Amino acid sequence: MTSLPQPQIGAKKLGLVIDLDTCVGCHACAVNCKEWNTGGHSAPLPDYQPYGVEPDGLWFNRIHSYEAEGGSCGDRTVNFPRSCLHCEEPQCVTVCPTGASYKRAEDGIVLVNADICIGCKLCSWACPYGAREFDENQGVMKKCTLCVDRIYNETLPEAERQPACVLTCPSKARHFGDLNDPASEVSILVALREGQDLMPELGYRPTNKYLPPRKAKIPVSAQPAPTASTAGFGSALLNLVDRVLSR
Amino acid sequence: MTPASSVLLLTTLTGFGYGLLAWLGLFNAAGALPRGQWFGPVVIVVALGFASAGLMASTLHLGRPERAWRAFSQWRSSWLSREGVAAVLTYLPACGFAALWWFWGQDAAATRALGLVSAAFGLVTVGCTAMIYASLIPIRQWHNRHTVPDYLVFAIFSGAVLLAVMQAAWFGHSGTVALVACLAALLALVLKFAYWRFIDRQAPLTTLTSATGVRQAAKMHALDQPHFSQNYILREMGFQLARKHAAKLRKWTYVLAFIAPAIFCALAAMDVAPVVFGVLALVTTGAGLFLERWLFFAEATHTAAIYYGHTI
Repeated sequence: MTSLPQPQIGAKKLGLVIDLDTCVGCHACAVNCKEWNTGGHSAPLPDYQPYGVEPDGLWFNRIHSYEAEGGSCGDRTVNFPRSCLHCEEPQCVTVCPTGASYKRAEDGIVLVNADICIGCKLCSWACPYGAREFDENQGVMKKCTLCVDRIYNETLPEAERQPACVLTCPSKARHFGDLNDPASEVSILVALREGQDLMPELGYRPTNKYLPPRKAKIPVSAQPAPTASTAGFGSALLNLVDRVLSR
Repeated sequence: MTPASSVLLLTTLTGFGYGLLAWLGLFNAAGALPRGQWFGPVVIVVALGFASAGLMASTLHLGRPERAWRAFSQWRSSWLSREGVAAVLTYLPACGFAALWWFWGQDAAATRALGLVSAAFGLVTVGCTAMIYASLIPIRQWHNRHTVPDYLVFAIFSGAVLLAVMQAAWFGHSGTVALVACLAALLALVLKFAYWRFIDRQAPLTTLTSATGVRQAAKMHALDQPHFSQNYILREMGFQLARKHAAKLRKWTYVLAFIAPAIFCALAAMDVAPVVFGVLALVTTGAGLFLERWLFFAEATHTAAIYYGHTI
């Protein structure tokens, strides 16, 4: 059913908390995500012409880099991992005509049933975050599963029952847990660091939260950029050489 | 949004088909059509032919067309599913309308009533198609009050042109229908003008600071892309149309889709070679509305593209 499940009291709300202060933009999460998921629940994650001129492929996690200017965090680079936010109002689910797209009542994970997906792509249009990607080979839509095949996997040691991206992050910028439990590590992080929703104005109520960069401790003042000298004896000589050689 | 020919064909052809069905039902209920036992059923076959061609074209863009039947199941939440259900249901009154016209005559009360029911089902299907686009929150050029009325008016406009041509070809004149088509073209022109004026003045739905949660930054811009080449998001939702090209194409749309058909229909309404001008109106309407629909997609921006530094 692509109607959203009735909210259950006390049900888990599993999601990620991503720390934009400590993310170093190394893409390890994206790589490990690809590595696990190309053999996981939504396998495979195809690549098109991986060794060609225009390599292309399906990833659940993509790492952008931005320059932030002004404001309390100072001028700085912000690395930004982008993946499915497992929204509480996921329009990607309600627009699905077949029931392939669904949100689980028990933990809030948004998944695609690839066996009944017709590949109409409407869900990817309905997602404001660009989290869903199309498998051109199988003709079905795929997306982040929150590693549903890891987090409940009793054949893995308990410490490894976490999404692949969280396990691999070398700067501990990614955290996984129940955001419905105010005592969970992730909820405490969100409360302490003022975790943010992405595009809250669109009303999708994402579960994943992003911890904004901390305040800049070292004041950064704008410095004039050094410029090449255009006056003086040196440049007059260069101009002369240029004119002689240009003849 | 990247314009896919399958969806352009779906929306334009079903507009012609259901618009034609709607006008046949309405005009017949009003007793404003010439008498002809063959005319009604043939028009209905043509209407359903256009609609079916559009619906078939839409399955071409599916990744798994053999599973298309599954799309009828989620009508409780999905406008795409509702469109499918409405499209299939429309065949029932439309076929009944054709049968009654043939057996009981076009003036029978039941025929007239079923014509109106067919008209309503056809227009509801067009409305569902429009709602697929109008309900998509991340696309400001679609998620607004213009989309549904525009789709409905473009459908009744193109359907009126088609009915005018068929009536002229059948009976040698298309008087009232061609006049209605002319007026519908002018109404469609006004709506398209209002739509373009509206989207040109819209503010972007979000900002990069809101999209990344870095609200304390005064401004942000994209530095490094996640990948050096294309990906699905950019191919599907990152389509960018240069403003100068858009301006030129808008002018062509005004001329081809609305002004030329309005003139041709007016001439046909005045009984000046109604078949010739009717066909000219039909050809320009078809080309113009295809262009109009192409722009509807090409000018639409998706919030996901903001992550790649696009203007949305």
